[in-house]
Order: sequence, then C-alpha cells, then structure tokens
Amino acid sequence: MSINQNANAGALPNFRNLGILLRILVIVDGMCLAAALLKTTEPMVLMEELIDVSSIVQPILILSLLALAAANNWLHRLRYWRAIAALIALELLLTTAVYYSSAYLLGAPGSFARYAVFTLLITGVLIGYFDLRGRALSPALTEARLQALQARIRPHFLFNSINAVLSLMRQEPRRAEQALEDLADLFRVLMADNRQLAPIAREVALAKQYLSIEQLRLGDRLRIEWDIAHMPADALIPPLVLQPLLENAVYHGIEPRSEPGTITIAISREADEMHLTLRNPYRPDGDHHTGNRMALANIRERLALHFDAEAGIKTVANADTYEVRIVIPYLKAGA
Amino acid sequence: MAAEAPLRVLVVDDEAPARNRLRDLLADCALKLPLEIAGEAATGRQALDMLPVCEADVVLLDIRMPDMDGIETAQHIQKLDDPPVVIFTTAYDAYALKAFEVHAIDYLLKPIRLSRLFDALARARSFAPLRPEVLREMKPDARSHLSVNERGRIHLIPVTDILFLKAELKYVTVRTAEREFLLEESLAKLEQEFFGRFVRVHRNCLVARDAIRGFERAVDAEGEGHWVVLLTNVAEKIDVSRRQQHVVRELGRIL
Repeated sequence: MSINQNANAGALPNFRNLGILLRILVIVDGMCLAAALLKTTEPMVLMEELIDVSSIVQPILILSLLALAAANNWLHRLRYWRAIAALIALELLLTTAVYYSSAYLLGAPGSFARYAVFTLLITGVLIGYFDLRGRALSPALTEARLQALQARIRPHFLFNSINAVLSLMRQEPRRAEQALEDLADLFRVLMADNRQLAPIAREVALAKQYLSIEQLRLGDRLRIEWDIAHMPADALIPPLVLQPLLENAVYHGIEPRSEPGTITIAISREADEMHLTLRNPYRPDGDHHTGNRMALANIRERLALHFDAEAGIKTVANADTYEVRIVIPYLKAGA
Repeated sequence: MAAEAPLRVLVVDDEAPARNRLRDLLADCALKLPLEIAGEAATGRQALDMLPVCEADVVLLDIRMPDMDGIETAQHIQKLDDPPVVIFTTAYDAYALKAFEVHAIDYLLKPIRLSRLFDALARARSFAPLRPEVLREMKPDARSHLSVNERGRIHLIPVTDILFLKAELKYVTVRTAEREFLLEESLAKLEQEFFGRFVRVHRNCLVARDAIRGFERAVDAEGEGHWVVLLTNVAEKIDVSRRQQHVVRELGRIL
C-alpha cells in the first residue's frame, strides 16, 4: 500500500484534540435541533421537544466524548474498518445504557429504536465528515512528506569531490574550474524545490554532470554506457531519481573494485510507460548495503507519492550485476 | 635523536587525484620539515609490498579502498619488524571517526588541510604504535587476508585459500593447498572472526567448509574407530574428535 492512502483517507481524527471534540459537539447538537425543528416551529413546544431529546442525547454525547478520548490511542492502533466497527458498537452500547437507566429513573422517553437509529445516523454522518476532512487536509501532509524525502547527497561524495577539485587546482586549473561549475549545478538542483515533476532530459543532463565529477576521482575505473536513443526528452519524472541511483551504483559497484567497471543506464518509452534501467557490477559479498536500501526506500516512496500504484521500482541482484528497474507512467511536459 | 634524517612518507590512496593532492601538500610541508616521499601505492596490497623496501617512517593511509581497506591494511602493517607510523585519511566515515577519537588515533579528514598535515607529520615520530586489538575492534567484520611476517616481508594469505587452521602450542598452523604458515593468533578468536566459513572438527582444528570433500572412518593406534575429514587439493586427513562427531552428520558427505 502506498503512503498516499495512509496519509489521506482511512484515518480516525484525534479524539483528544479539543477542536475535534468541539466539532462533534456542534454537529450532534445541530442535528438534535434539526430533528426537533422537523416536529414543530412553535418556540415553546420546540424547547420542550429539545429538552426531551437532550435528556437522552446529551448524556450519550458526553459519555461518548469521554470514552473516545480515553480509547483514542487504542482506536488508532486498529485497522480503519475495525475501528469503525468498534466505534459503532460503543455508541450503541452507550445509547442502550443511557436509554434504560433514564427509562428507569424518569420513565420511558419514547421508543428505544428511535434513539438507536438516531445514534447510528449521527455516528455515520460524523465518520463520513471526518473522512472527507482528512482527505481535504492531506495534500499538505503529502507535500511536507515530499519535501522531507528530497534526495540527499552522501557527505562522502561531497568531501571526496572537493578533494579531487583541490588536487586539480595547481596542475590543471581549467579542469578544476569545470568541476566546480558541475558541482555548483548539482547542488543548485539538490537544494531547489524538487516537488514538481521535471523533464527527463534535465535529469539526464544532471546525471552526466554528476558522473563527470566522479570520473575525476575514479578515472578509467568508472565506465558509463548510455542507452537513451529512444528516450522521449519531454517525458516527466520526479526530480533526482536518477542521480541518487547512480551515486549508489558508483558507491557499491565501482568504488569497491580496483578493476574498471561499467554502469549502464537505459531509458525508453513503451506504450504509455517509461522504463528506466540501471545496471552496475556487483559482488554478492559486498559489505555495505544499508545506505543502498535507504536511497531505494526514499525513491520508492517518492514514486508512490507522485504516481501511487502506477509506478514501480524493482531491484534484481544477479551473479555479478545489480539492476534497478523503474516503471513510471509516460507524462508529457506541458500536457 | 640527533640531527634527524628526513621523514619518509608513503602515500596510499586508490584515487589518483587524492594522491596528487597529498604530493602537493607534502611538497609544501617539506619547506619547513625535512621529509621525503618514500612512494605511492594505490592499494593496501601494493603498500604492503613496498613497505619493507621503501623504508617509510610514516604511512598516510586511506580508509576506503577496494579489495583491502585501510583498517585491514594497517593490521597487516603492524606485523612488520619495525612498523611505520600510520596516519589514516578519510573523507567521511562516521563509524571510524568515533573509534579514532576513542582511541586517540591520529587521522586526517579530506580535503586535508596543509596545517593539519604538517602538525600530524611533526608529531609522527612520537606516536604510539597502533594496537592490533584496537584495529580489530574498529573493523569487526572478518579480514580478507591473514598475514605472516616472513624474513621481514608481509605475506598475505587470502582467507578463501585456507583449507584448515590447526592450533599447535603457541601458534596456529594455516594450511593452504600450496603450503603452511605459522600464525601468532588464537584459534578461538579466529573461529569467532570467520564464523560460518570454518567448522570446528576438533579442539585444536578448524576446517574450511568449502574444503571438505567428505568423511571417512579411520582406526587409531589403539584400534579405536573415529571419523576423519577428507580435504580437497591435499591428501592430509583431519581427525574429528568424539565431541565434534555431530559435524559429520550435519555436513554428511560420507564416502
């Protein structure tokens, strides 16, 4: 399941939040008033009718709020539909208890079925209301999540690159300049607002700049093969998907080997899907894989936030290569 | 310490630009501190080959290198008769940095500052040698090689080549298909470090799982029967003790 659904719908409100409690109070009392208004508009009779209903509804309401506040954490741990079932059971239980104790103390205030139906109705309305409200609010959450997920560069890369640039300063000042320019471009993109989809051509250009910095340090140990002849340059993808994957490929595939290795990047369109495949040499006994999983989880989550179930990312570890395959829907820039 | 001979420095880093940078900085240091570049190596193995001949006093050793990292290289360097001072260099390695602080080991952060390098070299001769336990602790995962000092040179034995390890008095005999080596380490510690690769068949012997060809019954001098391990590549047979008989069942390739 994507975090989309977790963040949006299917979540109960926080019953310990005063605002939420107030909303429930206002909605229930509003519905009581509406019910009484249906019977009469005569102020005195209306008053009587309200008091009559309130003698049952208000205790139920107050007890419900207390019970919900008390059970809040427990309810949130349940799956959504189980929590709903628990909620309805709780309300019916309270209605029954209040109705019969009131009937015992003050005499029967009307048929039990009437109150039971009224309780179910209000509970249903409230659940629907909070569900809609959750959906309306969640894009903000999604945005915040996206921002937090923006790819981060490894400190290891930053310091090694600066070191490589420093080493060029004296003998090859021009190459040093070029490297600093590439580095600046890379960081400009990294620090920009990366929540919007970007044209894939820009991503490829950025990836090439990144790789040229790595080439500086690794020399001919790093070999790159691009297979992008059939890539539609205007396709949109989430920014910084390619670069972190390449960083992984260099870190896990090239750096641990003293002999040269090739990273292959293939991008193509198949019907209304974009396919991105990255392959790097790999040794199964490689030691560091936590960083890898983190970058992958990050990208997986960002793809889910942008495309939900329409995008996918898969990794395949073969005997001596490691492959990351991404499928996203084909969206055209400006469409 | 009379008029001091120049400090001889060996630079070890897998990245050529990093070595160039150090060479530049060392040239700057040489203006104020008598020093010479003893050599440059791109791998730990190359450094170990060079050390006995290049007479380095100090090794500037990168931590993250392919095949054999700096920490393991330093462990092998300690086996030299007169090991040089090791100063680690690293771009970023949160785990190692913490260990350096804890054990007061000197290190240089890349990009390296001239003044830091100068200070480290100026103090280098007074550094205490690195202790193998500390290095082991810094890199708890198994070494890729074992090493022995043979006539002043470090001989590296790839762990994958080892057929069995046998404890004998003060030493552990390391047997490969070609020959054997004497190692001054404890069998119990080796068993821990290479857990999973070797299996204990006797109180004094660990056999590489991959090297086991099968098992066979044998009869000893008193006419009692017991199991022996048959190995690939060598004719030697290893006794399985009564207490470890269960490995025969577990690995059970009986001929």
